[in-house]
Amino acid sequence: MLAIKNLHAEINGTPIIKGMNLTINPGEIHAIMGPNGSGKSTLAKIIAGHPDYQVTEGSIEYEVNFKKINLLELQPEERAREGIFLAFQYPVEIPGVNTSVFLRAAFNAICRHQGAEEMDPIEFDEYLKSKMKFLDMDEKCLNRPVNVDFSGGEKKRNEILQMAVLNPRLAVLDETDSGLDIDSLRVVADGVNRLKRKDNAILVITHYQRLLNYIVPDFVHILIDGKIVRSEGKELALKVEEKGYDWLAQ
Amino acid sequence: MTKTPQQEELASREYKYGFVTDIETEAFPRGLSEAIVALISERKQEPAWMRDWRLKAYRHWTTMTEPHWPNFHYGPIDYQALAYYSAPKKKTDGPKNLDEVDKELLETFERLGIPLTEQKRLTGVAVDAVFDSVSVATTHQSELAKQGIIFCSMTEAISHHPELVKKYLGSVVPSTDNFFAALNSAVFSDGSFCYIPKGVRCPLELSTYFRINSADSGQFERTLIVAEDDSYVSYLEGCTAPSRDKNQLHAAVVELIALNNAEIKYSTVQNWYPGDKEGKGGIYNFVTKRGKCIGVNSKISWTQVEAGAAITWKYPSVILQGDNSIGKFYSVALTNNRMQADTGTKMIHIGKNTKSTIISKGISTDHSNNNYRGLVKILPSADGARNFSQCDSMLVGNNCSANTFPYIEVKNPTAVMEHEASTSKISAEQVFYLKSRGLDMEESVSLIINGFCKEVFKELPLEFSVEAVKLLEMKLEGSVG
Repeated sequence: MLAIKNLHAEINGTPIIKGMNLTINPGEIHAIMGPNGSGKSTLAKIIAGHPDYQVTEGSIEYEVNFKKINLLELQPEERAREGIFLAFQYPVEIPGVNTSVFLRAAFNAICRHQGAEEMDPIEFDEYLKSKMKFLDMDEKCLNRPVNVDFSGGEKKRNEILQMAVLNPRLAVLDETDSGLDIDSLRVVADGVNRLKRKDNAILVITHYQRLLNYIVPDFVHILIDGKIVRSEGKELALKVEEKGYDWLAQ
Repeated sequence: MTKTPQQEELASREYKYGFVTDIETEAFPRGLSEAIVALISERKQEPAWMRDWRLKAYRHWTTMTEPHWPNFHYGPIDYQALAYYSAPKKKTDGPKNLDEVDKELLETFERLGIPLTEQKRLTGVAVDAVFDSVSVATTHQSELAKQGIIFCSMTEAISHHPELVKKYLGSVVPSTDNFFAALNSAVFSDGSFCYIPKGVRCPLELSTYFRINSADSGQFERTLIVAEDDSYVSYLEGCTAPSRDKNQLHAAVVELIALNNAEIKYSTVQNWYPGDKEGKGGIYNFVTKRGKCIGVNSKISWTQVEAGAAITWKYPSVILQGDNSIGKFYSVALTNNRMQADTGTKMIHIGKNTKSTIISKGISTDHSNNNYRGLVKILPSADGARNFSQCDSMLVGNNCSANTFPYIEVKNPTAVMEHEASTSKISAEQVFYLKSRGLDMEESVSLIINGFCKEVFKELPLEFSVEAVKLLEMKLEGSVG
């Protein structure tokens, strides 16, 4: 589904990703862990197409519905329409824009691209509420401006709600656990798990092993200084929790 | 960050209304004098009292100087280089009905999205179309007349309803009020007149569409709206002009009068030609708009979307004279390229328990300069007066500027005043967030701007609100990224 080959990327001339390889297949959950500044969030933003990062070498190939796409050639919105979703570490506030209006605009933009039927406000309202049920969110959030005056926990839930609504093929969760108390963490993780299917994949970026107790990965990758230094099964996360990263950095 | 070709394309998108109608016009020689003022009056076959009113205004104007307190930079205006009257040449003595209106003119308004012909009329909206100095057509007149509503050009009002014009013209904005109002009073050529009789709720939106076409003339129109006791009217105003290299002057006066329990809603979408990227050409828009809530419980609201003109100098105001009267001002002012706007409002509280609300949203991009200037004045008689003001500015890019100049004068200790102000930027992060959800650049900017201007847009009549959103999107597309 996603093949990252020898990826090098920089921001304002400073190299961050320095030769990274990663393959993700449908049905898999991958976790990327690593110390601060190792390039985890940069990777998430590059996959989503953030304009501040320049890829200097390597490729990202994305395969969806039997077609292979050079992801780096697409605008962020085109990537989203092809089924890529980024749950932001710091969700952005959009003052004055009603959350449900925004969600419907996004949902319909993706439907249009994929040739699916768009929804009118009434249909969408029902659809939205069905997705909200298991996220334990207050319905009032829908009539508030996007992320404005949301608590940290509400913002993260709102990200997962968007994921549920937009139904991506590849979801990248960038430190979705940061700032969540244990109850919220469970709710959010449970929400993500319900969205797991055989034909989609999830890439979880996190600092802490804690989240991986709830969203259990098939593979754990350790990213240090812009490179993956080790890839193993879920038990690697426990080792890192115990021993830190130093033993992995030669 | 470099711009994508798509953004470049959008940035250079032309002013859509910049075309010129090739039509034979009758224009006066350039320059202004008593003789010219008298000639305008004569050409319009006005009664002597009207001519004298104009001449008085002219004489006063000659003693005044152009105001230079706004935050503007522009070269001197040569008032003797302008032509003060321009009208499409009439084939007959003046159109008796729409069939006699010049085809070119009908087509012009059609291109502007204002169909005047019977079959294609906008539903629910009666239109008075003003081309250069004269009103060329007014629709739905007979329908309105059944309810006693008068909706006609100013010229027609002066000849058919002199008693009303005499009573109210200049009663809110005296001919000596300010430099541009005095100039307008001397040379105004046409405009719209509305009269809503007692107890009538006007069933249609009334609308005037102003079009400047000719190259050398200024446009000086005058609008007067009178709402008798217990009446209601919603009025819309739209403006465009061709793209030309030279600056053109537009100095209008609008007066609103609301009697007991009457309500007037006045909405404007102003899209005069703003000049090109380097600031060449464009309309100088010096406008005096003022409403007077004479009656108790009366209400006047101004809603404006100011998106055009090289210079905008405009402060739609409300004099709250009747007890419990309410004044509202909702404004979105967008400036791009080299546009300069100094706009805001004045709320003058005289009656008891009068209330005013001011919501101003300024958006500046490119090298433009956007100023809010507002006065809230509470006189000693205004017990229990309240005002709420909110002025928000949004900056797009790093070369523009935004300023807020609030003036508050309170002479009654029972007054309650609230003032909020904020400045924000459309950030690349907001755009990226929305794009990462599948919305393209256009949709993203539109959502953000809509969100910012929401409180104002919801005050606009539906068709106008759609048009306003599109207009702002078009102006902003090249600037964000």
